[in-house]
Amino acid sequence: MSKLLEVKDLRVSFKTYSGEVQAVRGIDFDLKKGETLAIVGESGSGKSVTTKAITKLLPEPQGYIKTGEILFEGQDITKYSNKQMQKLRGRDISTVFQDPMTSLNPTMKVGKQIAEGLIKHRKMSKAQAREKTIELLELVGIPQAEKRLNQFPHQFSGGMRQRAVVAIALACNPKILIADEPTTALDVTIQAQILELMKDIQREMDSAIIFITHDLGVVANVADRVAVMYAGKIVEVGTADDIFYNPKHPYTWGLLGSMPTLDSDEEELFAIPGSPPDMLNPPEGDAFAPRNRFALEIDTQMEPPMFQVSDTHYAATWLLHEYAPKIEPPESVQRRMQGFASMDDGKDGEA
Amino acid sequence: MLRYILRRIFYMIITLFIIATVTFFLMKLLPGSPLSAENKLSESQREVVLEKYGLNDPIPVQYVNYMTGLVRGDLGISFHFDNTPVTDILINRMPPSMVLGGQALIFGTIAGILFGLIAAIYHNGWLDYTSTVIAVLGTSIPSFVFAGLLQWYLANEWGLFPVALWGTYAHTVLPTIALAIFPMATAARFTRTEMLEVLGSDYITTARAKGVTESGIIFKHGLRNSLIPLVTVMGPMAVSLMTGTLVIEKIFAVPGIGEQFVSSIEVLDYPTIMGTTLLFSVLFIVILLVIDILYGLIDPRIRLTGGGR
Repeated sequence: MSKLLEVKDLRVSFKTYSGEVQAVRGIDFDLKKGETLAIVGESGSGKSVTTKAITKLLPEPQGYIKTGEILFEGQDITKYSNKQMQKLRGRDISTVFQDPMTSLNPTMKVGKQIAEGLIKHRKMSKAQAREKTIELLELVGIPQAEKRLNQFPHQFSGGMRQRAVVAIALACNPKILIADEPTTALDVTIQAQILELMKDIQREMDSAIIFITHDLGVVANVADRVAVMYAGKIVEVGTADDIFYNPKHPYTWGLLGSMPTLDSDEEELFAIPGSPPDMLNPPEGDAFAPRNRFALEIDTQMEPPMFQVSDTHYAATWLLHEYAPKIEPPESVQRRMQGFASMDDGKDGEA
Repeated sequence: MLRYILRRIFYMIITLFIIATVTFFLMKLLPGSPLSAENKLSESQREVVLEKYGLNDPIPVQYVNYMTGLVRGDLGISFHFDNTPVTDILINRMPPSMVLGGQALIFGTIAGILFGLIAAIYHNGWLDYTSTVIAVLGTSIPSFVFAGLLQWYLANEWGLFPVALWGTYAHTVLPTIALAIFPMATAARFTRTEMLEVLGSDYITTARAKGVTESGIIFKHGLRNSLIPLVTVMGPMAVSLMTGTLVIEKIFAVPGIGEQFVSSIEVLDYPTIMGTTLLFSVLFIVILLVIDILYGLIDPRIRLTGGGR
């Protein structure tokens, strides 16, 4: 598989009155054709900013790419002009946003909002675009497409709106689909439907997906690979199996430990203590150290490098250093790891 | 939609009836009589005139008489102004005011929206600051100052347009500009603020993510969404512009309704006061209806239905 997207040492900052907020502090990752990469992290970890930087939709003039390269099919798009980006957006890289209630234009017919990209990027006539729009609406599971395309967003329910947003994003068969917490604003049954829809479509169109979420349950469902972000950096990256069965970073343990499960007898749900650091003055050493009960002396002084765990699995924690004490994940996390493993066995058994 | 309009017209008639009644009695409460300025009249002549115009009748009887006439479409005869029927006065005096007000409204709104858009697009640039300064000056400096300046430079110094009076189309230009400055400044301020807010909204990001060009963002996605508050303020402004503005009509010697209205109040010309007030009310109510219909056209979430509640 060839690399579709390669991000190298990307740094994104925001100018504010009190100084420079370093939202993304040097991240590297790549995305292959047809794969789903999940970027996981809590609010403010820089995961949304990363995708906004890829499409160059950072809020101007405060947000800017400080350094780094974003190679799309080998071309560095950080150097692209606004015009070049307009051609790229919607055609090669498109985005599904978080809140379907606000991400559709309230005064434009849904059909027109979907057709807009088709007319612009694929030079379709109005009639052709209409045909294709009906097709897309049917593809994303909106019944009575011919009637629906003449309706306005307020005549759609939340789940239907998100389907329409997905249809907009898919209109031109993008090579990369960025899904920025596409299910966060939806209720649970609708969440499952939208996830299912995105998986089906990926199979059909062979798009790569970057899936932004803070919900590991969703990740387990959709992702081939997972990148865990904390304080503007990727702290652990690996295949979904690596992250769920063999997590190495204490922050990943924290995320897994704080996932609610149905079958556990735990009285209390685990929570990561404290709050993320102030990105105006990022701390020295490991940003997670103050919240990490396994923190070592060195964590407060030096930032850990990426340690290689396996061919696919990397984590940035001093615990992986050869001189570090051997520490096993906390028991509640181990139980969850086993849980995932047995869930997977079950699935394989059925298949 | 039709049902909605019919219902609105029904309420309009009731509103007009109430306005007519209230105005009638308030007017009668004003001290003095229509004849107080006519010193040459003897006591008996005075009696004859009062009797002729029905002013000796008890006020309730006068009210009933007036309202009966009104229902038949008869607005009465002016006490002054050569005993012309009020209807004729309105027909003669209304057009200049409507022409000036209408032109000022259209020109002012369009220019204002353009200024506002430029300010929003070049947010915090020098074009934005220039346009904001113009908007503040336009709302705070009274129109007669502009009127004087326009007359002096465009008419007197450079001779481009007639200084004053009414007749050809050229006569309408200067008063229109003077009148248009306030609506222009208001429209510019509202458009700028609203457009900036719209440009920060999620659906604009969605549109950008689709690859829509900047002009598409502004005109196809932004403009319609930012017009709603503007419609709200421009409605009442339209009425005040079209019902004539005394100051501008005086300065440019335009035979409009504004000047007529004020002098009819000075001499207590009851039928003219009533007729003009009712005409203004009709205009206002109709414009309110137009605004509500415009809302529905601009924003599909505001739907007009007959049974609405």
